[in-house]
Amino acid sequence: MTLVVLEHDGTRVSRASWEAVAAAQQMAAPGDSLVCLVLGQGVDAVAAEAAAAGPAVRCVDDPALARYTPDAYVAGVRAAVDALQPQLVVMAHTYQARDFAPALAARLGAPLVSDVIGARRDGGALLLRRPMFQGKLVAEVKAVGTPAFVSCQIGAFRADSMTRGSGAGAVERLTVDFAGSPSRQVAEEPFREARQAVDLGQAERIVAVGRGIKAQEHIAVAEALASAMGAELAASRPICDNGWLPMDRQVGSSGQTVAPKLYVALGVSGAIQHLVGMKGSRTIVAINKDPDAPIFEVADYGIVGDLFEIVPALTEELKKR
Amino acid sequence: MKIAVCIKQVPTREWHPRVDEAGTWVREGDASHELNEPDAYALEEALRLRESHGGEVVVCSAGPARVQQVLREALARGADRAVHVDAEWLGRADAFVVADVLHDALREEQFDLILTGLQSDDQGHAQMGVVLAERLGVPHSTIIMQVDVADGRLRVKRELEAGWFQWVTMPLPALITIQSGINQLRYATLKGIMAAKKKEIRRVVPEAAPPARLEIVELAAPSRSKQTTMLTGTPGQVAADLVRRLSDEARAL
Repeated sequence: MTLVVLEHDGTRVSRASWEAVAAAQQMAAPGDSLVCLVLGQGVDAVAAEAAAAGPAVRCVDDPALARYTPDAYVAGVRAAVDALQPQLVVMAHTYQARDFAPALAARLGAPLVSDVIGARRDGGALLLRRPMFQGKLVAEVKAVGTPAFVSCQIGAFRADSMTRGSGAGAVERLTVDFAGSPSRQVAEEPFREARQAVDLGQAERIVAVGRGIKAQEHIAVAEALASAMGAELAASRPICDNGWLPMDRQVGSSGQTVAPKLYVALGVSGAIQHLVGMKGSRTIVAINKDPDAPIFEVADYGIVGDLFEIVPALTEELKKR
Repeated sequence: MKIAVCIKQVPTREWHPRVDEAGTWVREGDASHELNEPDAYALEEALRLRESHGGEVVVCSAGPARVQQVLREALARGADRAVHVDAEWLGRADAFVVADVLHDALREEQFDLILTGLQSDDQGHAQMGVVLAERLGVPHSTIIMQVDVADGRLRVKRELEAGWFQWVTMPLPALITIQSGINQLRYATLKGIMAAKKKEIRRVVPEAAPPARLEIVELAAPSRSKQTTMLTGTPGQVAADLVRRLSDEARAL
C-alpha cells in the first residue's frame, strides 16, 4: 500500500501534491493500492477533490491541524501510517515536507529520500533518482527500511500523467488524539512582507542575474541588456540576499515563479531552488563561464564564456535592430 | 545561553565533481572544501545571539580530519570552542548517520539552542537538523529568517514558499535550521585567527558507524532533458548569432 500526503490551501489540493500522486503511481509496486491523506481543519472539500480523482482518501480533520505545525503533522501522518502500514509514503518536497517528514521518519526509524526527480523498479527494488552536489550529479538510491518516505522535487513529475480512477474513491475519517501531546510549536497567521511591487509573472521577457555578476556595480550591465530587450530584471536568491536587487525581483522557490516567452540567465548556476521558478519559460538562454553549470540542462541556447564580454555585445546587437 | 551550531564542510561551488571507479561516489582528491553556506549564516546568527544574550557558542562538525579547517574558521570568527566527531566514513554519510553521531556527541552538553543550515550544498538532503531535533527530543522549526529569544521562549520567522512568512513560537531548548541571507556575515579578523589557535577542539571518535538509511547504487552526470544549442565564437559573433536565432527560430524577440 502506498500513502500520499497531500498539501492544500484549505480549499484545493496543491499542484505539487498532484505531481506527488503521479509519482507515487509510478513508484508503487504493480497491483499496489494507493491512499491519499488530507490533514487540516474543515477540509471536506479538499478530501472530496482528492477522492474525485479515484484514490481512497483518509482525512484527519481536527482543530489541532487548523494551522500547520510540525508536531501536529508528525502525529497526524503517523496515525495514518500506523493504521495503514504503507510500504511507501510519498509527498511533494515542499518547505512543509522539509519541516515535518525528517522528524516522522526518524521517529519511525524509517528512511527518507528527499528531492526525488525520477523512479524505476528493478525487480522488487525501488530505485529513486535525486540530485547531488548542486545538481552537478544525479544519484540513484535505494532506501533501507520501511516504510520508505519519499519527497518529490516540484516539477519533476507531471501531474497530467496521473491515472485517474474509474469512479470516486471513498473518504474515511481518521481520529487522532492530539490532546495527549499538544504541539510544542505555536504558529501564527502566515503573512507577506510587503505587497510585491513587481509582478514578474506578467513579464514577457526576463533577464536574470546570478552570482556570476560578482558585484553590485555590475548589475548595470544586465540592466542595459534588459532595457534593450524590453525585459524585466530578475535575480537568483543570493543576489537579493546581498541586497543588490530588491527581494521582489527574486525568481525561485522562495520568490516568484515565472514562465515568460524569453528568459535570459546571466551568471546563474542553476541551483534547483532557482530552476523550479523558471524552467517553464518558453525559451531559455544561459550565459555562464562554467560549462558544467546545471542551468545549461534547461537552456535552449547556451553560451560558455565571460558575461562581461558577451552581454555588452548582445546589448549592442539588439540596439541595431 | 548555551548555543550549538552544527556546520558541515562541503566541496567548493567551483568544483567539477567526477565519479569514482565504483560509480557510487566522487573523486574527492581533486576537491577543495569550504564551509557550507547556510551553516555560515547559522554561525553568524549564533554569534549575534551571544552578543545580545551572553553565553557560549560551540561549533560542531562530523566528518574526516579535513573538517578541522572549517571548525578553525568558525573559531576564528568568534565561536568559543568546537566539537569534532572524527571518522573517515563520515565524509559520505547520509543525514541520519550524521544526526546520530552528533546526537551522541552533544546530548550531555544540554544546549539551550541548536542552529544549523537548512541544507548542505553537497548531498542536499535537508534532513539532518530536523532528525537531530527528534533524537534530542526538542522542538524545531526550519528555514528561519529571524530569531528572537525572550523569557525562555523562542520566536522565529519561518520562510514559506512564494514570499510568505510565519512566526512560530516554542519553548527552549529547541533546534532551528537557518536560511541563507538571514544576516550579514562577518569574516575572521587577524586577532580572531590568532585567538582561534588557543581554543579547544574536542575530538569525539564514534564507536561504530550507525546504520545508513540510503544506499547509493549509482552516481552519474545528469541526462539532458532538453536539446541545448551551444553558440561559439567571439562575443560579437555569438551576440549576432543569438539575436538572429531568438528572432527567427524562437520568435522570442
